[in-house]
Formats: sequence, structure tokens, C-alpha cells
Amino acid sequence: MSDATDNLYAAREPIFPKRVYGKFRNLKWAVMIVTLGIYYLTPWIRWDRGPNLPDQAVLVDLAGRRFYFFWIEIWPHEFYFVAGLLIMAGLGLFLFTSALGRVWCGYTCPQTVWTDLFILVERWIEGDRNARIKLHRANWSFRKARLRLTKWVVWALIAVATGGAWVFYFADAPTLAGQFLTLSAPSVAWATVATLTATTFVLGGFLREQVCIYMCPWPRIQGAMMDDDTLTVAYRDWRGEPRGKKSDPNAADCVDCNACVAVCPTGVNIREGQQLACITCALCIDACDDIMGKLGRERGLIDYLAISDTEREKAGEKPTPAWRHILRPRTLTYTAIWASIGLAMTYALFIRPDIEMTVAPVRNPTHVVLSDGAVRNTYELRLRNKHGEPRQFGVHLNGDLAMRVSLEGTPYGTVEVPANETLKLRVYVTASAASDVSQMDEEPIRFWVEDNANGERAYKDTIFNGTGRLQ
Amino acid sequence: MDKPRVDELTGRETMGHDFDGIEELNNPMPRWWLISFYLLIIWGIGYTIAYPAWPMLSGATAGFLGYSTRGEVVADIQAHEDANAALVQELNAVELASFDPQSDLHRYAVARGSSVFRAQCSQCHGSGAAGGIGYPNLLDNDWLWGGDLESIAFSIRHGIRNDTDGDARWSEMPAFGEILEPEEIVTLAEFIPQLPDADMESPGGVLYIDNCSACHGDAGLGDRDQGAPNLADAIWLYGGDHDSLMETITNARFGVMPAWGQRLAEEDVRAVAAYVHALGGGE
Repeated sequence: MSDATDNLYAAREPIFPKRVYGKFRNLKWAVMIVTLGIYYLTPWIRWDRGPNLPDQAVLVDLAGRRFYFFWIEIWPHEFYFVAGLLIMAGLGLFLFTSALGRVWCGYTCPQTVWTDLFILVERWIEGDRNARIKLHRANWSFRKARLRLTKWVVWALIAVATGGAWVFYFADAPTLAGQFLTLSAPSVAWATVATLTATTFVLGGFLREQVCIYMCPWPRIQGAMMDDDTLTVAYRDWRGEPRGKKSDPNAADCVDCNACVAVCPTGVNIREGQQLACITCALCIDACDDIMGKLGRERGLIDYLAISDTEREKAGEKPTPAWRHILRPRTLTYTAIWASIGLAMTYALFIRPDIEMTVAPVRNPTHVVLSDGAVRNTYELRLRNKHGEPRQFGVHLNGDLAMRVSLEGTPYGTVEVPANETLKLRVYVTASAASDVSQMDEEPIRFWVEDNANGERAYKDTIFNGTGRLQ
Repeated sequence: MDKPRVDELTGRETMGHDFDGIEELNNPMPRWWLISFYLLIIWGIGYTIAYPAWPMLSGATAGFLGYSTRGEVVADIQAHEDANAALVQELNAVELASFDPQSDLHRYAVARGSSVFRAQCSQCHGSGAAGGIGYPNLLDNDWLWGGDLESIAFSIRHGIRNDTDGDARWSEMPAFGEILEPEEIVTLAEFIPQLPDADMESPGGVLYIDNCSACHGDAGLGDRDQGAPNLADAIWLYGGDHDSLMETITNARFGVMPAWGQRLAEEDVRAVAAYVHALGGGE
């Protein structure tokens, strides 16, 4: 019975990653500073768009259904830009995984970055690996309680800042910050901050590698992205085995110092080979290189390696240069698809018209005969003003002099579209009774819309329906 | 169940099940996972008690929180009506003669009128307001009783030729089949399409002056005070061809409209008037 109970679950093995120095650790610090910097500071960048538009450089305005990104403004009908970015992000992950294994996981994944930050705090307060293990095993005492409490408070502060920064992407940051200070922020903002504070605190402080091993679907998919040419963190077992003390003449390079295991944030023993829990953060490379350096042995016992090179290296040949692992049909194909989507989107962004209009002919009924026998068609125009100021648009028709344009609700040929809005407008085109057009079945016409201030123009083609008496 | 044994290859315990020689390794879930799992089961049971869940013979258990999606919709509608209350009040107070077509209130009235029109008016006037034989087209610029906003609102509020509203628009053309000889009706039906530049000395002109001009005017331009149609324009409610004119003169035809002031709220009458006025023919 006790056996069965024990088998029900696996208790978590606590992990106490040791401090490590080296080039990959430095790279990870840099990545952490850059990514956290981007995350926390972006909402505070200002960008002038005119008096009626927000001046926040990056803003997701859910209520107003706009996405602002510096000089780019995305309206709901342009959501394909966002979809394209998501596809690019996906392909980018494919590209990097097929070239360099789980670099995303090891360096830039928010779970990795925040866990790294939380471990940094933990080490700062409770000491390095051995001190932490000792504290973990110690009975509760005033000192243990004080250290734990200090750690949790600092974690909680980071978590609040993380949740707090998130909501600034969805509202004007200075305004919302003021509302937080005066306790007058909307309840949805408080709830979001509370939720993200809780998830950051729990995922970064306690669940850590459990997220990567049990929650994240990405490690399961990544196997399909990697192949024998993928450069990933691995152990040169032909150089390292059999392990033994430095003085042991039969032993190879690995002295079984366990440094690679001690620094691992997911508790992996890399010498057992590629495994699900390894996020390829490369800290074991730094740890092993340090030991090998001290022993005066060649570095790179643990290194970025491709499986295809193992046989070559065992045979004493030189490995294939790294660039040949990275530049191969698979990665080039990913790059090509990725770049073509990017180029297509950039192109689409630049040819986006400054004046946007849609014309929908009213087909119920197709035409109306007026009292003097003239024939009138109705069109619903939607004029979009993406500027920060209201704009005056003139509506014209080219071609036939027998046709007149008039706008509903105004005797003038111009209409003001408020800033950052789409105006729906009923437009009438009347063909005089004597004209051929009024008697035809249908006649192509072209609407022109012109900004009266700067002369920018746009057109849209549509059809004028006559009575059809003349064929 | 067999006793769990340790698999030689992996060094891990098996679950103790043997399926034709295939055994399952024991890969236990983490403790936090298992705790979450049981907590969610408890949560799920609580949820089905608190919210509508279990199907019964008719309907489902209501849940002790009393939540219902229908109730949520009712609250949503109420919230919108509350939000629009100020606009409705403004709409009821606005002077129709000077209603600014560029104002937000006007846009609101047109949008509101559009939905009322689809529900209440489209059965006769058509969903596109183009009418049909006997049902006026509201898109054109020909109005029997006036096409300014106030006149349209009056027509909607009191209706046409109904018995329920004392202020209803009222006029009736006599059936000339009982007054004139058949040949005379033919003459008239041939004369009327020539208006307004017809020869008034001709036999048709004489018949017209004697019988029709009192209401339709000497030049056939009609009279809005009594809802007499303009006979000189291109718009014919019952058709302008010879046979239709014969039928109209002989039997007389006119339509009826209910007094919508008795069925709709004042703001809806005004909203429909604004909508109809903004369809292109408003004066």
C-alpha cells in the first residue's frame, strides 16, 4: 500500500543553481538586461501623433480598437499585420531551433529570464548553492524566517513591477500610473496586475523548471525542429569517459566534479545526453570550461555540438565549421519564408494609402426615379481618417457631366471626418432624365476623394445603375 | 495486479500492468500537478452547484447564484438604454424644423430610426424603403403630404386614413366610374400623361378642369394639403400607364397607414422621421 501511495506522484527535487562565470553567463546577463529593459521601459516612450491621438509609442488600445507602434498605426481591418508578425515569430522560432537548438528557451524565454532574475535575488539574500542547501535543510529559525521573508518580499516587488508594466501597454502609462498612486485605477487594471503578480511570483519563484518540463508545450514540439546538424549543448563523452580523478591514469578528461550539474537551472545532468528538461542555457559550458581551464586541459568538454560531428570527432577528424551547420537548406528555407513574409508586410505597410475609403452601392433598390424623371443611385462611403486632426474631404465623380454628386445632410460637396475615425456617409449620384446614363443598365463610375488641405487623393470604382430602358 | 518490478533497461519501476508482454513505465506526475488536479475537481463540483449545469427533464439546474445568460442580456439591454437615456431625452426635446443633420443626436436618431423602420415599416414600404405599387417610395423626392421633417413626423404619428386617430391625414378621391362615362375616362387617361404642358382647350383638358383640377391643381401639380398626388411628375403610386390610369380613375385608389403615435414611443416616431428624411428625398 505504501508503495502505491509513493508512486502516485513525484515530489519535486529542489534545485539550487550555483553561481557561474563565463562568456555564456555574461551573454545571458546582457540578454536579461536588454529584454527586461525593453519590457519595463517601452510603455514610457512618447511619440507625437497630433492632438487627438495618444502620444504613447507602443499602445494597444483595446477600447478604441487601435494598435499604435511608433509611426505605425494598425486598425482592426489591418489585423493581418499582427497575424503576419505572429507567423514571423513562429517561423523565427523554427529557424533558431533548427540552427541552434533551444536558444529561445535558454536565453530569451520570459520564464528563463525571470527565473534567472529570481535566482539572482535568491543568491544575493540567501547565499550561493551550499548556503542555500544548508538553509533549505535547516529547521525553521528566526534567521531562516527572516531570509525567506526578505526573499519573498523582493520577489513580490519584482512581480508587482512585472504585472504593473504589462497593463501600461494597454493604457496611457503616466495616466494609469497616477491612477494607481491615487487608488483610482479601473478594477480591470488592478485585477490584471494582481493576476500577473501572482503568476510571476509563483512561476519565477517556485515552479521554475517545472514550467519547462511539465507545462510548456514548446519542448515537445522542438524535437521536430532539430536534426543531426543542429548545434546544441552536448557533452563530448568520447573525450570525457571514463571519468576519474585527475591523478587516475585510466581516467579521461571528465573529473566528475559535478560542476555542470550544480549550475544547471533545471537540474539536468548534461552528460546523460540530450533530454527534455535541458533548455540549452549553456551555463554548464561555462562551468566545465572553468574547471578544464584550472586543470590545464582543453576546454569544450561540454560545448555547442552537432550530432553529425560526433563520429568525425571520435575518428579524430576536425568538426564541420559552425557556419556550415547553421547555413543549410533547412535554415535557409526558414529564413527565406520568414524574410518574404517580412518583406511583404513592409511593402504592404509602405503602400498603405493615406486616405482609405470603401464604396458600397445601395442595392435595395438599385436606383430611384425622381419626380423629374432623373435617376438616382445611393452609395455608402466609408472615409477613414488616420490622422490626429480632423480632415475635410471633398467627394467628386469623374466623367459624365450629366451626373451630379450630393452628400446626405449637407448642401456642400465636402465633409469633415473627425480625427482617428471612420465616417459612414450616404452619397447620391443623380443622372438627369435626358441623359443616356439614366436609361442604361449599368455604367462604370469612379469616385474621387480629396483632402482639401493637402490635395491627397484616392479613388474607388463602382457602378451606376440606370433604368435599363436603353440597352 | 502484479507486483511492480524494475525495468532492466531504464532502471525505472513499471506500473505492474502486463499487456501481452508490453509493460508501462511508471512516470509519476509532480505533486503540485496532482494537487491542482484534485483542487480543480473540487472547483468543478462547486461550479456545477453555483451555476446552471445539470440537465434535467425540462431545463437544467439553476445554480444557487441565480446566474442566467438571459438575465445578462436583459441587464445589457438595460445598460444600453440607461446610457442612451440622455440622448432620448434630447431627441424628444429637439425642434424638428431646425434639427442639425450633422449633429451626433441626428446620427443617433437615424440609427435608431433605421432599426425601428426595419421592424415596423418595412412590411409595406420595403426593407430598402423603395415601397411598391400602392405603397409610397420613401427614397424619391415626391411627397403626398410634405417631405420636411415635421410633415413626415406628423404623417407617422397620426397615420393616413385610419379610424383611430382624429388627426390622421385624410382625403378620398371619388370613384369616377360612377360619375363619368367610360369614353370620358378614356379621354382623361389619355390626357393626364401630357400634363403639365397639355392643351387645356382639348376635350381631355375640359374634362380635367371640370373634374380633377379642384384637388390636383390646374397644371396637375397636386396639393399636399389634401394629399392630392402630383400628376405632372414621373412618379406614379399606382402606375402611370394607360391601364393603370383607367383603373385608378374608374375605381379610385388610396392607401391606409396606422397612427404610429399610438404604437411607438415619441422618440421612435421622431427617429423614424429622421431616418426617412435622411433617405435622400427629405426637404
